[in-house]
Amino acid sequence: MRHFARLIEALAFTPQRNGKIRHLVEHFRTRPDPDRGIALGALTGDLDLRQVTPSLLRGLVAEKVDEELFRLSYDFVGDLAETIALIWPVAEAPEDPPLAELVAELEATGKAALPGVIAARLDRLEPSARYAYLKIATGALRVGVSARLARTALAEFGSVPVEEIEELWHGLEPPFESLFAWLEGGEKPVSAARSPFRPVMLSTATDLDQLGPLAPEDFAAEWKWDGIRVQAAVEDGERRLYSRTGEDISGSFPDLLDALDFEGTIDGELLVRRGESVAAFGELQKRLNRKTVGKGLLKSHPAALRAYDILIHGHEDMRAQPFDRRRARLEQVIAKADPERIDLSPLLSFDTWDALAALRADPPDPVIEGLMIKRRDSPYLAGRIRGHWFKWKRDPMTVDAVLLYAQRGHGKRSGYYSDFTFGLWDGNMLVPVGKAYFGFTDAELKSLDRFVRSNTTERFGPVRAVKPELVLEIAFEGLNRSTRHKSGVAMRFPRIARIRTDKPAQEADRLEALTALLPPEGPPA
Amino acid sequence: MTADAQLYPTPEGLYCPAGDFHVDPLRPVRRALITHGHADHARPGHGAVLATRQTLDIMAIRYGEDFTQSRQEAVGRVRIGDAEVSFHPAGHVLGSAQIEIATGGRRFVVTGDYCRHPNPVAAPFEPVPCDVFVTEATFALPVFRHPDPAAEIGKLLASVRAFPDRAHLVGAYALGKAQRVIMLLREAGWDAPIYLHGALERLCWYHVEQGVPLGDLRPATTDRKTKADFAGQIVLAPPSAFAATWAQRFPDPVICFASGWMQIRARARQRGVELPLILSDHADWPDLLRTIDEVDPQETWITHGREDALMRELDLRGRVGRPLRLVGYEDEAEA
Repeated sequence: MRHFARLIEALAFTPQRNGKIRHLVEHFRTRPDPDRGIALGALTGDLDLRQVTPSLLRGLVAEKVDEELFRLSYDFVGDLAETIALIWPVAEAPEDPPLAELVAELEATGKAALPGVIAARLDRLEPSARYAYLKIATGALRVGVSARLARTALAEFGSVPVEEIEELWHGLEPPFESLFAWLEGGEKPVSAARSPFRPVMLSTATDLDQLGPLAPEDFAAEWKWDGIRVQAAVEDGERRLYSRTGEDISGSFPDLLDALDFEGTIDGELLVRRGESVAAFGELQKRLNRKTVGKGLLKSHPAALRAYDILIHGHEDMRAQPFDRRRARLEQVIAKADPERIDLSPLLSFDTWDALAALRADPPDPVIEGLMIKRRDSPYLAGRIRGHWFKWKRDPMTVDAVLLYAQRGHGKRSGYYSDFTFGLWDGNMLVPVGKAYFGFTDAELKSLDRFVRSNTTERFGPVRAVKPELVLEIAFEGLNRSTRHKSGVAMRFPRIARIRTDKPAQEADRLEALTALLPPEGPPA
Repeated sequence: MTADAQLYPTPEGLYCPAGDFHVDPLRPVRRALITHGHADHARPGHGAVLATRQTLDIMAIRYGEDFTQSRQEAVGRVRIGDAEVSFHPAGHVLGSAQIEIATGGRRFVVTGDYCRHPNPVAAPFEPVPCDVFVTEATFALPVFRHPDPAAEIGKLLASVRAFPDRAHLVGAYALGKAQRVIMLLREAGWDAPIYLHGALERLCWYHVEQGVPLGDLRPATTDRKTKADFAGQIVLAPPSAFAATWAQRFPDPVICFASGWMQIRARARQRGVELPLILSDHADWPDLLRTIDEVDPQETWITHGREDALMRELDLRGRVGRPLRLVGYEDEAEA
C-alpha cells in the first residue's frame, strides 16, 4: 500500500502529462501482480467497490477523536479523507499490506461489517496509506489521470501502440495479469468480450498547398461534423457505443443503442439531431457523462449517428479493404437503418481542389467544422497514419481581446507567466471571456512575460492582474453557451494567434461581436 | 498581583511592566527582548535589544549594525527593573531561545517558536519549569504530526535520481530551514555542491562560521554556467524566487517546498509545488502537548497560531489555558 500511496501522491502533484506517465510506468515496472493491476483498475475506474459514504467515515472518526477538534481540523484541511488519514490515532505497529489484499477485503465485506473492517485497517496503516485507502474506498482518487492516460502509460511500458491496448481493454478486468504478462514480452491476450472496441483511424491536418500535388480523383470528401467521433459495435446482438479512445459510453445513449439494428462495427459521428436539423455541439454536451438519462432529455435532445465508415460487417472484417468498397457496404447497411437515428454522411462531388475549397468556404450547415478527405484505396488503419485521411478544418474564428490576467507556468515554463486570461469590451468594462496557454512561440512567451512583469497592477497568489493595454488576437474553433462563465460564452481550443502591439486596447472587440457567433439556443433540457 | 497584570499583550507586543520591556515587539519600543532572528519576531528600530549572541549577529546581518541603539548579549540571569530574565535554548533556529521572566514571586516562560525534534542547526529545547507557560501554537491541530525529516529528504533525493535531467529547486526560508535542509542532505550522503540563491548566502556563511558544517555551497549564478549545468542539481531559494525571472535559468525545474504546511495537500497545490517536503522547525501537536505536560505550568497562555484547538485540548485535559491572540507573527514561509 505504501507504494500505491506514494504513486497517487506523485501523480496528484505532478502537473505535466509526461511526468505522470513516467510515474505510472515506473510503478508498473516495479510492482508485482496483482498489486499493479489493482492500482491500474483504481486509476481507470474499473474497480467495482461498494461506495463508502462520507457519513460512514464521519461516524468512524467520531469514535476516535473529540468532535470539536475534528471540526477545527476538517475546516483547516478541507478534505474529509485527508483529515481522517492525518488525525486517526498513530498505529502502534504499522503494517504495509498489499493493495490487492485491501481491495479484496473491501469487495468481500458486507455493508454491516464495513465500518469495523475500515476502522481496523486505519488502526494499522500509516497516514499516507490511510489516505490512499480512504480515497479508494470512497471511489474518488482525483489525481488527474484519465483512463486514456493510464493506457498511454501502459503502451509506453510495453512499447506497444496504445491502440492495441484500447482494442483489448473491454475484454480485460483487474488485476489485468494477462495484459501485464503481454507487455513484459509474453503472449498477447485474446479478447473474449463480444462487440469489442477497434482502434479508430485518425486524420492529419492539411491545406490547399499540401493537397495541390495530389490527384483529386484519388480522393473522396465529406463534411466533418462537429459532434463526437464514436464507434457503434454490435456482435451477436450485444450493442455497444464507444468514444474514439475506447470508453464505453453506451449507458448515456439508450435511444441510439435501441436503433443499432445491424451486426458489425460502424464508425461515425454522434450528434443531437431533430429530423434534418443537427444541433450545436453544446446541446450534445448535455447528454454526456450521465449515468441515467431522463425521459425528458431523451425527447428534447435525441441522439443520432451519422455514419462515416464500416469496420466489421456481420463477422466479416472489412478493414483491409479499400475505402470505396467499405463505403459501398456501409451504404447498404445504413439503407436498412432507422433514418431518424442513423444516417449516412454524404460524399461531396468535386473535380478540383479549388472546387472543394469553395465548398469548404460555404458549408451548408453551421454544425460542420470542415472537410474530411480520404484516399479511395486506403484500408482502415489504426491511429494517425500519414497519407490516408486528411482533415481540412474551417478557418478558426478570431477575436481581438485584451490581456487581463496572467498565471505562472510550471515545468519548462517555471518562472514564466504563461497562462493568459483575456477579455472583451462590454460597455466600458472588460469582461473575461477565456484563457489561453499556447499558440505563441518561445520568443513571444518571453515578450508576454516581460509585459506582465512590467505592467502588474495586482497580485493574487500565482496570478497577476495587468494594465489592460495589450491586445491579443485569439483564434478558436467554436463557441458554446456557458452558465459557468460570467460572459455567458465558452471558447473551444482558444490560443494566441498573434500579439497585436499595433492595436490600442480601445479598439479590441466587443462582447457582442462574440455572442453574435453563438449557435442558436436549444430547447430546455 | 495577578499574572495577567505582570505580563500582558499590548499593540506593540507582549509587555512586562516590572521590567518595562516587550518580548518580540512588532513595533519599535524602548527595550526589547528577542527570542530569535525570524523577521516577524526580530524587528529593527528598538532602543535596546537583549538577545542571544547569535540572534544579535543575525539581526545585524539582516538589518545592518545600527538595527538598535544599544544591544546586550543574554548571558546568565539579567536583572531588568523588578524582573529577572534568563534565556534557554528553544531548538527552533540558530540562536533561538525561550525567555524566562521571574517577577513578584511568579515565573513566566515565553517560548517564542520552538521545536522538539533534534535539529543540527540549533541547541536542543530545554523544558523550564514555570508558573505560566507562554507557548506558540503554529501547528496546534491534531492533524499535524511531522514525519521523520530523514524520510522527507529521502523523497527529494529519490526525485533527483528519477529526474536527472531536471534541476530541483527547494523553497526554504533563509534562516533555519535552508541550513536544516542542507544538513539533512549532508547526513543523507549528498556531498555534491548545493547551489544557493543570493538571498540565502550570508546566513549560510554565518552558520558555517558558527561551526555548522554545511559543506560545498555555491552561488546559483549563471556566470560560466549554462542551463544544462543545473540538471540533476539541488538549488535552494526563498520561495518568493520561484515567481521571479530568476527561476527561468534552470532546466525544467521540479519545484519543491520545505515547510510544515506541506502536510496539507491543498496548501501545497495552492503554491504550485510539485514535490512537497514536510519539514518544520516548530513543535507539532504531540510535541506541544508533551511539552506542556513536562513543564506542567499552572496556566498555559497561547501567543499565536491555532489557539482554538489547543484551548479545547487543554480544557479536555483539565488545564487552564488563555489565548493572547497576538497578531503579526507567523509568516507562512517560515514554518
